[in-house]
Amino acid sequence: MYAQLVKSEGAKPREEMTPEEIAFQERIDRGEKIEPKEWMPEGYRKTLIRQIGQHAHSEIVGQLPEGNWITRAPTLERKAILLAKVQDEAGHGLYLYSAAETLGVSRDELLEKLHSGNMKYSSIFNYPTLNWADIGAVGWLVDGAAIMNQVPLQRTSYGPYSRAMIRICKEESFHQRQGYDIMMKMAAGTPEQKAMAQDALNRFWYPALMMFGPSDKDSVHSAQSMAWKIKINTNDELRQKFVDQTVPQAKYLGLSIPDESLAWNEEKGGWDFSEPDWSEFFAVIAGNGPCNEERLGARVKAWEDGAWFRDGLMAHAEKAEARRRAARVAAE
Amino acid sequence: MAGAVDQAAFVEWLQRIGDNALILGHRVSEWCGHAPVLEEDIALANQALDLIGQCQLWLGLAAEVEGRGRTADQLAYLRDAVEFRNLLLVERPNGDFGQTLMRQFLFDAFHIELLRALKSSADPRVAEIAAKAEKEVAYHLERSADLVVRLGDGTAESHARMEKALKSQWPYTGEMFLDDAVDAAMAQAGIAPLPSSLRPAWERTVSEVLAEATLAHPGEAFSHKGGKRGVHTEHLGFVLAEMQFLQRAYPGAVW
Repeated sequence: MYAQLVKSEGAKPREEMTPEEIAFQERIDRGEKIEPKEWMPEGYRKTLIRQIGQHAHSEIVGQLPEGNWITRAPTLERKAILLAKVQDEAGHGLYLYSAAETLGVSRDELLEKLHSGNMKYSSIFNYPTLNWADIGAVGWLVDGAAIMNQVPLQRTSYGPYSRAMIRICKEESFHQRQGYDIMMKMAAGTPEQKAMAQDALNRFWYPALMMFGPSDKDSVHSAQSMAWKIKINTNDELRQKFVDQTVPQAKYLGLSIPDESLAWNEEKGGWDFSEPDWSEFFAVIAGNGPCNEERLGARVKAWEDGAWFRDGLMAHAEKAEARRRAARVAAE
Repeated sequence: MAGAVDQAAFVEWLQRIGDNALILGHRVSEWCGHAPVLEEDIALANQALDLIGQCQLWLGLAAEVEGRGRTADQLAYLRDAVEFRNLLLVERPNGDFGQTLMRQFLFDAFHIELLRALKSSADPRVAEIAAKAEKEVAYHLERSADLVVRLGDGTAESHARMEKALKSQWPYTGEMFLDDAVDAAMAQAGIAPLPSSLRPAWERTVSEVLAEATLAHPGEAFSHKGGKRGVHTEHLGFVLAEMQFLQRAYPGAVW
């Protein structure tokens, strides 16, 4: 998932719930799926729109850092794989906007909020892709972290979101494998390639850890989202799982994780690791990451430059409809 | 299998068709993430992917026929502009979305006729690639023709943009139908049609679509040419500088 700091609405203790709200919570507790036409608390609907919208925005903004290397991909096969991957991301955006539409918000409304800065996308896409190994690191670490979050969300309570997630997860695991495949080639390559691979890991490690959102103790919106099964695991649980999975993979590549405190903890059966610099995270979220301006600027420009195209298609559809109507009238 | 075909001419011809796919695929891929609507981002990435896939097949065959142990990647990444054989049309910068679409439509309408003819090539390898590519290009043409119609017959602004795009791309269409000695050798061997023979069908498609799009047919015009013999516009050098950067900067590395 590419949703961070999603504000959850409407948390209330059971004794303050209406009978409708209690029945709703009980359905969720039984593992039933909530479908679009069914009654749901307003807070549930709003929180889901925020989360799914942020995820959708992340997919389409996420095209940009990878798209940055399509024209420079080093072989025809790598170019084709990267194109297919970025096309998948756009497709994920499409499923997710459609899932959000079932909650009564249009894609255009969500895009307007993205463009005006009222909705966010994942902080990770505000980091630059500076060498080819970054494309490997994005697949390995960024898609890897996303999968960590999305696999449990296949079981999320909202039906359309859950189904979108099932489809997305299949594609994401392919993305992660292709990223790791690039890293293997780079790490086993020339000294320059290996240096690129290490440089990519150095730059993407902490931003990848930030993708899970702030530590549980600072994450104020988690409890209600977890009760609604919009969120399945806590930020720290997922971060730990990600680190435990990734450390041996880095070792296999012969690359070093840029964390001097990284140490195996026998007692917890996992790795101890350093927290990312959360002041950097909040700065990026606030718009001060290295690429915020370019990323959002590129999306706004694409939308504004494309206005004549969308208007043209609309006008043609209206003309065609008018001609069909006129033909029907003439025939009668 | 083709009889006494001149191998050098065959390689040259395969590079022409492969380079068209490569360079147009590159141009289309530049849109990735910047299209006017999400569905177009998906369609453009898909189309670029088709073209890069076709280029791998055509340049792979070129390398095989050449027999010097080169690969499709080496042809794509280690030739300089003067050795590229693509049409000038496909290397032209993207411009606005209307320019990109018009370039695509004018090329698709030619590409489909070429591939249809190649399905009965005397060389079965050529026929096989053409049969696969034809299916993809039929979709490209369906999409580009449809959008040209809608935008030509859309708003005043979309009409004006498409008209401008047509006017600027049109002088680059004549090159598609010029025959030279390489084409003559391919036609002689039954491998490929003469480019000039594809013109009437192309003209029919283009006239029909432009009429439906309420765009004025530009008629006869001056033709820019040179791509097929390696004399390109200034734009190709920049495409290659970008595309070939890693292979040039790190010779011999495996990616």
